Amino acid sequence: MGESTSDTGGVSRRALQQREGAAGSAGVSRRELLKRAGVAGIVFTLPAGTALTPAAMAARRTAAQAAPLTAAESATLEAILERLIPTDATGPGAREAQVGRYIMGALSGDLKSLRGAYSAGLASLDAYSTATLGAPFGQLAPEQQDAVLRDVEGDKATGFLPNSSTFFETVREHALQGMFGDPYHGGNANFVGWDLIQFPGIKLTVPSVEQRIGTKVKPAHKSTTDYAIFKISSGG
Amino acid sequence: MATRLKKTDVVIVGLGAAGGTAALPLTRAGLEVIGLEAGPRLSFRDFPSDEIRNDIRAWMSRLKFAKEMPTHRFTADQPAGPPAIAINMVNAVGGTSIHYGMESWRLTPFNFKTRSATVKRYGAGAIPANSTLVDWPIGYDDVEPYYDRVEYLIGVSGKAGNIRGRKDSRGNVLEGPRRREFPNPPLRRSGWTELTNDTAKRLKWKPFPGPAAILSQPYRGLPACDYCGFCTSNGCHTNAKGSTFLNAIPRAERTKNLQVVPRARVTELLVDKDGRARGVRYFKGKEEFIQPADVVILSAYLYESIRLLLMSKSSAYRNGLANNHGQVGKHYISHMYGGVDGVFPGKRLNRYSGSGAQRTTTDFWSDDNFDHTGLGFIGGGVIDARMEQKPIGTARAAAPSGARWGSEWKAFLAQNAISMGSIGTQLESLPYEDNFLDLDPTAKDPFGLPVLRVTFGLHEQEMLRHAFIQTKATQWLEEAGGTNPVVSFPATPIGVNSHAFGGARMGNDPDTSVVDKWSMAHEVPNLAILGGAVFPNSGTHNPTQTIEALAWRTADHIVANWKSLT
Repeated sequence: MGESTSDTGGVSRRALQQREGAAGSAGVSRRELLKRAGVAGIVFTLPAGTALTPAAMAARRTAAQAAPLTAAESATLEAILERLIPTDATGPGAREAQVGRYIMGALSGDLKSLRGAYSAGLASLDAYSTATLGAPFGQLAPEQQDAVLRDVEGDKATGFLPNSSTFFETVREHALQGMFGDPYHGGNANFVGWDLIQFPGIKLTVPSVEQRIGTKVKPAHKSTTDYAIFKISSGG
Repeated sequence: MATRLKKTDVVIVGLGAAGGTAALPLTRAGLEVIGLEAGPRLSFRDFPSDEIRNDIRAWMSRLKFAKEMPTHRFTADQPAGPPAIAINMVNAVGGTSIHYGMESWRLTPFNFKTRSATVKRYGAGAIPANSTLVDWPIGYDDVEPYYDRVEYLIGVSGKAGNIRGRKDSRGNVLEGPRRREFPNPPLRRSGWTELTNDTAKRLKWKPFPGPAAILSQPYRGLPACDYCGFCTSNGCHTNAKGSTFLNAIPRAERTKNLQVVPRARVTELLVDKDGRARGVRYFKGKEEFIQPADVVILSAYLYESIRLLLMSKSSAYRNGLANNHGQVGKHYISHMYGGVDGVFPGKRLNRYSGSGAQRTTTDFWSDDNFDHTGLGFIGGGVIDARMEQKPIGTARAAAPSGARWGSEWKAFLAQNAISMGSIGTQLESLPYEDNFLDLDPTAKDPFGLPVLRVTFGLHEQEMLRHAFIQTKATQWLEEAGGTNPVVSFPATPIGVNSHAFGGARMGNDPDTSVVDKWSMAHEVPNLAILGGAVFPNSGTHNPTQTIEALAWRTADHIVANWKSLT
């Protein structure tokens, strides 16, 4: 069965932002579609990087390549990420996981084609924040930032192309990837994302006892790059 | 200038589930076969456990499929654009059999005669007037010997529920009769599959461990599954998945009669002036080749097979190969999915491992296994409870309040991520006059060739069926202890789907079908078309094992009738 549940892969989505009208006409709300797209992910056509250690790969993606966003844009993005996945009573958030590093790396590589959408969305966010609350997003208080993000999520914010929720869903999806994806992609630093959801890490063999209800599985804190049998190349 | 190669007995276009399987009986019979595959050869080293790379960025589709993605529209009066949801096909030796979910099903006897059985029980009015549903020209018994061969070739893991009519409640008592037990026992039971099995038993829904093309124990030189948790959308790092690049293709190569040509992109099927297939045109990089053959087998994934037929125009076939009756692209169906997610408070379910095919399943609400009187739809859905929860997929869940970010959502995840259950469904989807495939008039692939255009929307029966099966999925989840059920997959037309059917359907009448009961094109006696494209209807179950069984059957037919076909 496919690819029908929210926690398995197989389904991928493509450039949702290009399909606003059609999705609506099928009787599916955009929000539903985007949530489901969450089920799924996005198809991108640019080649992946070649195999390196997690640290080397992350470093390469930030240092060796031209910065995909300006310092100001990057600061605004970090401010968004801190509200999406805050550092709080339940532990480390986007800041500690280096979710921003994941997104910057992706925008320099596999997600390069979205660079323009990020720049435009961040500019629209600052413009909307300034128009409604008198200051750019990064200078607002956390509660004000949350209010702005709720407007952006709910398509109540103006000045975005094609609309604000497309920008919101793009950033949220990438934030989740950076928080809960394999650390070699640049985020989930020190496995803080996986610890939050009690995902034990990559294991090649999972014993029966770890599939029983109630078993407390010890974190392995392993990346897929910790296993020498894999070669991670573009494959195509 | 194209290089003209030496003629071969059979050329296969696409070495995936269908073409890879067909190669084995052909080469064993001594025929010389050239297998053209658009993708490279991959190995277990190429399959790291990596949700971003496999599930999200779909790296195995990038070489070709993603670049020629069909466009989609819901109705013929709309403009077509990139599909909102696209499920990825793989370009590699072994094709999509490398990364599929490995649920390895037979269709049921009902699936082959859905129209006549429905009319008999409920009257002709039960089938929508604009549905083009027909019976298959063959029955379950015609395919059963080939189901058996495929299961023993790839080592399917499962428990029989019906051996020659003798029922066994440890297996699926609602399946068609099989001649013998599965070659391997079911995949390991987990706490989650046991919990849902006990629950479905209480509901009297006849649950069973779903059949899987994954080795539950070592089999024919290949190792057993390690339950790593990164199975769907990925190849297998232990070689325990029943992909054709691990079974049929290497066995065919050992006969020395199969020559595999990787990275060979076919752009046209060629015919002679009498309308017989005479070979194919393909490119390796920028180099162009003509490969002549006595028999051509078209076995790309459905979208590419239909596209190649429609692009292969000639004086004998002005509207595309095998399309003089205007049937190519018609009767298109895309499987529909549904399901619910929910939290089991305080229970560590431990679903972060295994495969989606490691599951408890019920056919109780599938096919015509329940009375449809007054429901407004025919057919049903297969419902199951699976393992293989993945981290990013987990984090996409919303808190009961609807919060999808911020501290409240984060606290919800911290407390409940390990306690999330999920029930999935997959539904019968009927063929309709207004769902079809053709060439997009404007969108092109990087070669400048037109991509396929999918016109596909849902109809009333599909909506009713989805809503009904959702209530059953929810009932199962709640009976097992799940709270706050959330729809995981609403009723949505999936334009580009790995479970796609029709476009070159099988039938006895050239006016309403493209291939005959052996999958040979009515109009082109030496052209076979394999894959989901020949299915007249979808059924509820996953198609791969039927695709493989039919491929084997067609290959046997080609061998037995070689003289008259060539």
